[in-house]
Amino acid sequence: MKRLQYPFSQEEIRKLKVGDMVLISGKIYTGRDAVHKRLHEGVKPPVDLKNQIIYHCGPVVLQDKKTKKYEVTAAGPTTSIREEPYQWEVMRDYGIVGVIGKGGMGPKTLDGCKQYGCVYFHAIGGAAQVLAEKIKSVESVNWLDLGSPEAIWELMVEDFPVVVTMDSHGGSLHADVDSSSKTLLKDFM
Amino acid sequence: MGLRKRPTKKVNKKVAKKVTKKATKKAAKKAPKKAPKKTAKTTKKKAKKVVALPGLGNEVHLFNSLLELIRVTSAEMPDDIQKVILEALAREEKNTTAEYAMNIIKANIELAKKKSQPICQDTGTVLFYVNHPKELDQIKFTKTLHKAVLAATKKGYLRQNSVDSLTGENPGTNIGPGHPAIHFHQHNKSHLEVSLMLKGGGCENVGAQYSLPHNELGAGRDLAGVRKVILDAIQKAQGKGCGPGVLGVTIGGDRGAGYIHSKELLLRRLDDTNENKELAVLEKDIVETANKLGIGPMGFGGKTTLLGCKIGALNRLPASFFVSISYMCWAYRRQGVKLKNDQSIQKWLY
Repeated sequence: MKRLQYPFSQEEIRKLKVGDMVLISGKIYTGRDAVHKRLHEGVKPPVDLKNQIIYHCGPVVLQDKKTKKYEVTAAGPTTSIREEPYQWEVMRDYGIVGVIGKGGMGPKTLDGCKQYGCVYFHAIGGAAQVLAEKIKSVESVNWLDLGSPEAIWELMVEDFPVVVTMDSHGGSLHADVDSSSKTLLKDFM
Repeated sequence: MGLRKRPTKKVNKKVAKKVTKKATKKAAKKAPKKAPKKTAKTTKKKAKKVVALPGLGNEVHLFNSLLELIRVTSAEMPDDIQKVILEALAREEKNTTAEYAMNIIKANIELAKKKSQPICQDTGTVLFYVNHPKELDQIKFTKTLHKAVLAATKKGYLRQNSVDSLTGENPGTNIGPGHPAIHFHQHNKSHLEVSLMLKGGGCENVGAQYSLPHNELGAGRDLAGVRKVILDAIQKAQGKGCGPGVLGVTIGGDRGAGYIHSKELLLRRLDDTNENKELAVLEKDIVETANKLGIGPMGFGGKTTLLGCKIGALNRLPASFFVSISYMCWAYRRQGVKLKNDQSIQKWLY
């Protein structure tokens, strides 16, 4: 088990390899479909994404009526492949060093990871409670006009469990498993 | 479209007010006695009708039962699913990412139940299956159901998960055209039976429909062809549907009926056996073969790719031969209740 501690750096990210089980601690930002679409359309992000991690997640967030404080009650990853057209641009333009999601991403993102120094962390899809427990606080929210699941939530996490499935050296577990399962399937058809 | 939407919004607002003011806070635990006056009055009025209209019963009881159904479905894994997940965990090799994934899944199931919180944050398409006696007033039932869905959303049992497809607007109510999906089936019994499935977007997105013959896969219009397209869908899905998952597969029907029926098959218990012997064999074969593909939990590679497969058939046109495949993620949220005549919960179905 490896540990990745905020502030994140290119140097640390480059050390990670496919198959590494990693516990992430520090600040991460959620960002999914609508955020990526808006960034792609040229709107500047409301927060500095340099050396940050984006989490593909649409959390269930409740707001305390009195204190107005937010609490994340469920927060697993959403399917990442939908951001395939945009993700590499966010790496290039805003310097993110990590993406957390599920299901893996395609060649454009893999290429971006290599070129701009980024990794894809796979969180366990559906494990909303285990992952919500690792979120210690909600620091801020931006672009709430996109709806709660689509907004940019700034989260402080501790020992957030992920697996590196795409690294910054061209390695992709998803490409490997897809290819090996395709070969195996031929024998069963 | 504009015309259609307006009334919906009004209704939503009304519903919102009513529910928050009256029922929400005490709904889950307290009986209608404590409910505010107006509701109690309507209840009394209706009480006389209960005997004559067993499908209607007591609206407050019905609201409470439906809200509890949503809470339990969202937070607690049915026993039949939990069993196969634990078996899958035991099968994976130690210290692999596959075992790691299954361990987190196990911990998540336990934690969700303990905290009474959603197993998965994607509380999915809300699919209700209502078996009802002929007396049920579907319009009234739907109104109460919408109130329960709204209350469940406010309480966080459901995420604000239903979006206007044209504007992208999320009213935060989970109520709008097509959502929640309610399937009414009349039966010859005098009680109501309501099942609920919460089906997340990740697994819904890897569903597939094939038209046979399928040249590329060499799949003809027979069970061998059906087998080929199912396996193809599994390979294409990889880990994207939050595997290990379960398939509902319908052979035949039109495109729409095929998909609807394939989801209904997911209401079957995982440990049941298909009454059709050929399909029973195919179901077993699909699971065994899928688990030899090495896709594994989350697509990390590993021994369990599929937890189960349920196959059924509908009649088709001579010209059509569809195979409709619905993929259900490991977070298999489905539950059901049999209701008493007063619409309180008599028993849980799973």
